[in-house]
Amino acid sequence: MGPDKEGKFGEFGGVFVPETLMVCLEELEREFQKARRDPSFQKELDRYDRLYAGRPTPLYEAKNLSKRLGGARIFLKREDLCHTGAHKINNTLGQALLAKRMKKRRLIAETGAGQHGVATATVASLLGFDCDIYMGEEDIHRQALNVFRMELLGARVISVKSGSRTLKDAINEALRDWVTNVRSTHYVLGSCVGPHPYPLMVREFQSVIGKETRREILKREGKLPNILLACVGGGSNAIGLFHPFFNDRSVKFIGVEGGGKGLASGHHAATLVTGELGVLHGSKSLLLQDREGQVQSTHSVSAGLDYPGVGPEHAYYQKIKRAQYVSVGDREALEGFGLLARTEGIIPALEPSHAIAYAKKIAPKLSKKSILIVNLSGRGDKDVELVSRIKNKK
Amino acid sequence: MNRIDVTFKALRKRKRKALVAFVTYGDPTPKVTERLALEFQNQGVDLLELGFPFSDPIADGPVIQRASLRALKHSVTLKNLFRSVKSLRKKGFLIPVILLSYYNPIFRYGEARFVKEAKENGLDGVVIPDLPIEESSPLLRHGRKRRFHLIFLVAPTSDAKRRRRIVQAAKGFIYYVSVTGTTGIRKHLPKDLTKDVRSLKRMTPFPVCVGFGVSTPEEAHRISRVADGVIVGSAIVRKIEEGMKERGLVERVGRFVSSLKKEVHR
Repeated sequence: MGPDKEGKFGEFGGVFVPETLMVCLEELEREFQKARRDPSFQKELDRYDRLYAGRPTPLYEAKNLSKRLGGARIFLKREDLCHTGAHKINNTLGQALLAKRMKKRRLIAETGAGQHGVATATVASLLGFDCDIYMGEEDIHRQALNVFRMELLGARVISVKSGSRTLKDAINEALRDWVTNVRSTHYVLGSCVGPHPYPLMVREFQSVIGKETRREILKREGKLPNILLACVGGGSNAIGLFHPFFNDRSVKFIGVEGGGKGLASGHHAATLVTGELGVLHGSKSLLLQDREGQVQSTHSVSAGLDYPGVGPEHAYYQKIKRAQYVSVGDREALEGFGLLARTEGIIPALEPSHAIAYAKKIAPKLSKKSILIVNLSGRGDKDVELVSRIKNKK
Repeated sequence: MNRIDVTFKALRKRKRKALVAFVTYGDPTPKVTERLALEFQNQGVDLLELGFPFSDPIADGPVIQRASLRALKHSVTLKNLFRSVKSLRKKGFLIPVILLSYYNPIFRYGEARFVKEAKENGLDGVVIPDLPIEESSPLLRHGRKRRFHLIFLVAPTSDAKRRRRIVQAAKGFIYYVSVTGTTGIRKHLPKDLTKDVRSLKRMTPFPVCVGFGVSTPEEAHRISRVADGVIVGSAIVRKIEEGMKERGLVERVGRFVSSLKKEVHR
């Protein structure tokens, strides 16, 4: 299941960073492996997960939605009910506790939709770290509410004006900060991307999603689900759901990428569907790039999916055909957003709205006995203003 | 023999230190880069470090980030860069040329093809800021075959174990990063820099050059007293940026480089 000693999943992953960071990554891996085996660390993380983040999250059968679509029974893994409103807190709690063990004083993070930034600012406040969050200027406009939340929590939000002014550039800037302040600072990377050990570490902390889901569905239904469905930007919520089912070969994994204005338009973020092998942000994976190896700008209505790279483990799952990856465009995602709100009284974030939209496509084709689980990775409060602006434009 | 080795050997004999001057290829245009290269040679620069612009330069500060953006507007390619170096060589450009590129453009080009064509067109080595020694074996292998040097960086944070490993694989010279951080102009360099360079030099017969944050002739002088070479990047690129819209850009940048050179050889 990987990764190997070099941090590789097959040909994907590895460590491609400036020499300045190498010793720090080695230390991070050592500390992570130690913590992973340390019962007191696990106990403390579990306590915060339960009493602070609100885990376990419900696995809710969306009967109205299932009935409306006809076909498969659809279950929602309610990560939107986590404290701070998304699955991101699972990872930031784990990494912040690790940073404490490593005696770091300061946390930095990148954020796209703002959810990871909020989750990092939250644990920084809880555990007493200084905190700086890098966010693309474009995303600051798209996700103004989350900017205010981060500031309320005591973090400083730094606007990134370079490049495409989105998630990719926020990661560049966070990496530059880390290279400069590596001795005092831990970089809380928010997705299963970046150099080893990040993809492994983020998977480990997010696997709580899949573990709970597996336990719960077996308990309630006495069988495994047929399909797991999750949106993929960098891919952390998807890997967290998929990974604990890796050996359950009957369970199909489907990851949904941001199709933006359509694959033919060139304005999309469908890295697994259309990308090619390359190296960005410290690891080898699929990448949206031009012939010269320059990274291309992406587009998705959802800031959290607007990223030209993807976690190396997803590239590996695709290569070995363990998972299938598809894309859903902006317009369909907005339909998914409205559909869930109207049928179930749940306003999803725009990111998992892509997964809802894909469920709408496939559920009618499945038998009434089959079980489809969608990871509802975050709630939609942050997107309400943006969606209303889009609707009013029409 | 590789031009880098020849140059350092000659410098050592004359007890001189090297000035390594950096420019981004294509900033402000590929033609101006070629003229700057020739001017640098005339002003006594010992090695030219040519930066290939990349969309996501994570090891660079704002000055070189902006230069990369300007260069990318001309859609420069590695092929263009090779062609430029080839034509410079025909015009009597003799000093070593080291490419500085992030890994992805080289990976995408194909490592074997990259080394072959770089060498054939008159380049002598490459520095890749996001390629640590752990991931470098294919390039090292191809480089060895064609005497094309992969230059490694050593950082202040590199521990003894990593330093030993890097020094063992080294070719050409060791690029010592003076500060933990990105490239760029700084008011002060770290106090223990001198000590650190001295101890690194004891570990290796290869020349040690210091880069990142060297911005004034005075600083260049101070570093040249301990190191075998001084690498100046952002300070030169900033002169290009400041004078871009005016006449006499090449001469003005040439004068700055000449002032650096005087201090390095003092």
